Amino acid sequence: MSGEWLVRRIIGIIPVLVLTWTLVFIAMHLIPGDPVSLILGGTPASEEVLQAERHNLGLDRPVLAQFFDFLRRAATGDFGLSFTTRQPVIAMIGSQLPYTLSLAGGGLLVGGVFGTLLGTLAGLRPNGWADMAVMTSALMGLSLPTFWIGMVLIYVFGNVLRWVPIVGTGFSSLILPSITVGLFLAGGLARLIRASIIEIQSQDYIRTARAKGLWPVTIVAKHIARNAVIPPITLLGVQFALLIGGAVVTERVFARPGIGNLLVEGVLSKDYPLVQGVVTMTTAGYIIINLLIDVLYGLIDPRISRA
Amino acid sequence: MSAAVAAPREAPVLRRLLAAPGASIGAVVLVVLVGCALAAPLIVPFHWNETRVCTRLAAPSAVHLFGCDLYGRDLFSRVMYGGRFSLSVGVATVAVSLVFGGLFGTAIGYAGGRVDAIGSRAIDVMLGFPPIIMAILVVAVLGVGLWNSALAVGIAGIPRFARVVRGATLTLAGREFVEGAHAIGAGRSRVVRRHLLPNLAPTLIVLTSLDLGNAVLATATLSFLGLGAQPPAPEWGAMLNAGREFIRYAPWTMLFPGAALFLAVMAVNLVGDRLSQVLDPRQRGRG
Repeated sequence: MSGEWLVRRIIGIIPVLVLTWTLVFIAMHLIPGDPVSLILGGTPASEEVLQAERHNLGLDRPVLAQFFDFLRRAATGDFGLSFTTRQPVIAMIGSQLPYTLSLAGGGLLVGGVFGTLLGTLAGLRPNGWADMAVMTSALMGLSLPTFWIGMVLIYVFGNVLRWVPIVGTGFSSLILPSITVGLFLAGGLARLIRASIIEIQSQDYIRTARAKGLWPVTIVAKHIARNAVIPPITLLGVQFALLIGGAVVTERVFARPGIGNLLVEGVLSKDYPLVQGVVTMTTAGYIIINLLIDVLYGLIDPRISRA
Repeated sequence: MSAAVAAPREAPVLRRLLAAPGASIGAVVLVVLVGCALAAPLIVPFHWNETRVCTRLAAPSAVHLFGCDLYGRDLFSRVMYGGRFSLSVGVATVAVSLVFGGLFGTAIGYAGGRVDAIGSRAIDVMLGFPPIIMAILVVAVLGVGLWNSALAVGIAGIPRFARVVRGATLTLAGREFVEGAHAIGAGRSRVVRRHLLPNLAPTLIVLTSLDLGNAVLATATLSFLGLGAQPPAPEWGAMLNAGREFIRYAPWTMLFPGAALFLAVMAVNLVGDRLSQVLDPRQRGRG
């Protein structure tokens, strides 16, 4: 991979970041109502108090000045104070992030392992009974409402069988949420891996490997599976978006702390600095993850970075 | 995937669509669910918002097939009516993505040059948001509510539609029949209406059918989060949100609305999957 390509890719995300943040800024200004009266929680206040608060927040300045101020502060992670808790938004996000990241990691692990195994199983014998079974379950996985399957898991494993704790934040309480997030991912991933495996099996080097009498397990492990994971990596960005969506919902189902819960609470309580902060940070994270995936793909497949 | 949808020797699309067992099962389930939603007033024993028709959180019984919720409302009646909310909201959502994304994609793909460059950049920026985050942001602006959540999920889907339609339009715009139409003096709007749109139709149908299941799920998700349908509306996601509190004591409050939602999305996906195979020329002969 050439260094120049990498630098160009990194510089390329800056305008995208600025433009997405511009959209967030515009969206927040489209919200009807006066933010100051929201902060004061509807308590009646004199015009002087309102003016003073407006001045404190910089809301009496020209929109363009507010916009550049927002961009400058967003770049340093300063989103002001939450309307409801009066704490810095960035601190609230920071304290919740580990919960969301551990859930996302658990979901990715469950989804990655099951998706790859099932996709490989299906792709090796297309149209066989295993393929039919896997593809039907994959479609079911994609159709299952994440929040519903989460509740069903809570009922079955938490209430009826009592195998795992339902509440709490320890490791064992991460099992059901991870499965909930992972099931959805596994469905999509299994379909991608299957298509990839079918494609690879018709390649010449697989025929060569078969012809020289290699052990079938070796062919699958060394020649097929290793190459089959490359194309789905390009779609990891999409999977990551699903992961974020899954995490938001799953946190709600399991009453877990996390970024998703923060965002939903923020919208429901009209805590706009909080909403602005979470959306801005999530979007930045999403764009950066997509950049990393691109770089990873460039490392695996040199043709991309040379193009 | 563009022109030549129905080559003369092939069986009609509908027959090929239903030839696969999965798609026909999906179609039957879908017809039953839509039928139940439409005929809900004739089927259900109670009005969806009639309270105290039974004991609070009563278990399923012969009279109350799906049991009762916290307010003593008959869950069977609510789930049947729920289809009206959840399914129509899903359709409205896809319509928003399809119309705005489709028009935008066709416009910039056909215009080409600077318009296309700027438009594609705009699509990239919108794709910079994870869809659910974009939808929640739009709800924050519009306020919570059933139709606002449909609009929000629809807007979040616009860049996906626009990108695919732009690509398809770009390919079509370079084809001989479009150049020919230009050569004999056809106007731009005529080319779009008579030459581009009919050839884009298969792409649009596939996109729509693949996205519909997602749309139903995503709008139900917003309602589950409390950002979409509000109580007492019997929307499936909102009912699941209400049932969240009673997983332990009255699991039926979440079991049946969720099962209905799952069945609906699965049915749509089964049909959509098959439809994309039938209409996509690259998939010909694969089953």
